[in-house]
Amino acid sequence: MNYPGKGLVEGLAVTARNFVGSYFYKDRLTTVQYPEERIQTPENSRTFPFLVFDESPDKPRCTACKICEVECPPKCIYIVMDRDDKGKPLQRPKAFDIDISVCMQCQICVEVCPFESIKMDNDYEKSKYGRFNDLVQRLPDLLKSNDYYRQIKPVEAAEVDAKLKAEAEAKAAKKAAAVAAAAAKAAATPPAGSAT
Amino acid sequence: METIYQLLHVTFANVPAWTVQVAAFLIPIAFIFGVYPAIFALTTLVERKALGRIQNRYGPNRVGIFGILQPLADGLKILLKEDIVPRVADKFTHFLAPVLIVVPGLLVYLVVPVAPGMVAVDLKIGVLFALAVGTMSVIALFMAGWASRNKFSLLGAVRAVAQVVSYEVPTVMAGVAVIMAAGTLSTLTIVERQGGGILNISNWYVFRPWGLVGFVLFVIGGLAESARCPFDLPEAESELIGGYHTEYSGFKFALFQMGEYLAGMAMAGVTVTLFLGGYMGPGSGPGLVGSLIAMLWFFSKLAGMIMLNIWIRGTWPRLRVDQLMGFAWKVLLPLALVNIVAVGFWHFLTPRPLAWVVTTGWLVIWFLVLTKCNASAILEKREYRYV
Repeated sequence: MNYPGKGLVEGLAVTARNFVGSYFYKDRLTTVQYPEERIQTPENSRTFPFLVFDESPDKPRCTACKICEVECPPKCIYIVMDRDDKGKPLQRPKAFDIDISVCMQCQICVEVCPFESIKMDNDYEKSKYGRFNDLVQRLPDLLKSNDYYRQIKPVEAAEVDAKLKAEAEAKAAKKAAAVAAAAAKAAATPPAGSAT
Repeated sequence: METIYQLLHVTFANVPAWTVQVAAFLIPIAFIFGVYPAIFALTTLVERKALGRIQNRYGPNRVGIFGILQPLADGLKILLKEDIVPRVADKFTHFLAPVLIVVPGLLVYLVVPVAPGMVAVDLKIGVLFALAVGTMSVIALFMAGWASRNKFSLLGAVRAVAQVVSYEVPTVMAGVAVIMAAGTLSTLTIVERQGGGILNISNWYVFRPWGLVGFVLFVIGGLAESARCPFDLPEAESELIGGYHTEYSGFKFALFQMGEYLAGMAMAGVTVTLFLGGYMGPGSGPGLVGSLIAMLWFFSKLAGMIMLNIWIRGTWPRLRVDQLMGFAWKVLLPLALVNIVAVGFWHFLTPRPLAWVVTTGWLVIWFLVLTKCNASAILEKREYRYV
């Protein structure tokens, strides 16, 4: 049926439906009242990198190999390797700074890390009052436990754990094999001068 | 006022007569200055919340519970803002315009009865006064536009003048129908004529064929005169920045908003008085309880009209300038004139059912004729690609 003013009446019906419906159907109101309500971030969402440690913060997975520092496109990572008194590398970072005002969240550091040490966080509440030092994340700020990683990214963390476990087992097996081979070799090789 | 005067005179017999006189003046003034600006403040909040709900949002809900203190916060904010006067502006007129714009809005309430006998001034020419004073705001608008020395202000003011003057004609013509039916210009008498019948409701003029048409015409005219959506071309942001109040800031801007809202509410009040039976409703009558119920009815109807305005604002898009003028002169004015003839039929034809049939038929035929004549102005339905 067509009548003059049909569009106007239909428009009024739509807005009336919205008005009444917004009081009865919660899903009509798409507003998230942020400080009180939060959206669960998707697992693959990412903000800035952090460093994973296994048991305690003084034993990070990071070996200060500086691959991420080199690969970082905006050069926001700064690493100093820890050394003992004699100058021997301890294979852990003494300083690990990420300037999150420079970081562009590209995840390349995560891609290149051979030790599954650096991972992307999903904490988006990083605003600070200062423009310079406040936005540089130091080693203590960056270190977070593997449990935290499992919590924010369960699927990815499980894969990483399985991979690390497999690697450790392979390494152990290889080591055992090497030990066994060495023992077999030692057993097979006759003492010098005995044959001749 | 006479009612209040008599009431006070009887109650306080031993005080000097002049005190009673002064009090009888002051009470209606205090009422108008207290109640209607309070309703204005509440309306700004309700409007924002209702528009939000129409768009599936929450609306303001941060200041106080349910955002009830939002008008207070807005007022405080706008008081603290800097008051800028352009260097080349006509300073005196620029100052005077926002002051003057509030006056007509408040003056109209003088003749809007809120309860039996409770009207500030029972003028014998009440309707004429309301319509004439209501249009006075156009002078303040033009003063604002002219004094600002800004092309956007001036364009907005020119649009406002053209619009208000055009829409005044069909609005008054729609009011004439009521005046003819009631046989009086006094608002109080018009409301009394709409009493009686079933539950004090069935005699409202809106339940007559000519009354319904008049009501629609009057609401449209009222929206146009108070420059509210969909007739808010004078302040069309996308074209004119802010229209005539482009160059106003701080409290002067707030006065413009207040003037507009008060004028819109005054038009709603006059609509209620003329077509929706004013304070008439089940239970309203003389005496204290009857008066209170009557007041409740009046303010409920006023709130209903304000909600209708908000609903329309949340729904309809703004008219184009040429559509605006065409609509007023080619549709509304002929319909209003036809409506006056319909009241004539209604008055002289007996019995009543015959009058019903004839007036309804007359109005429907003319409505269809007018729609047919204006068919070229009605846009055909367009299909958009991304619906």
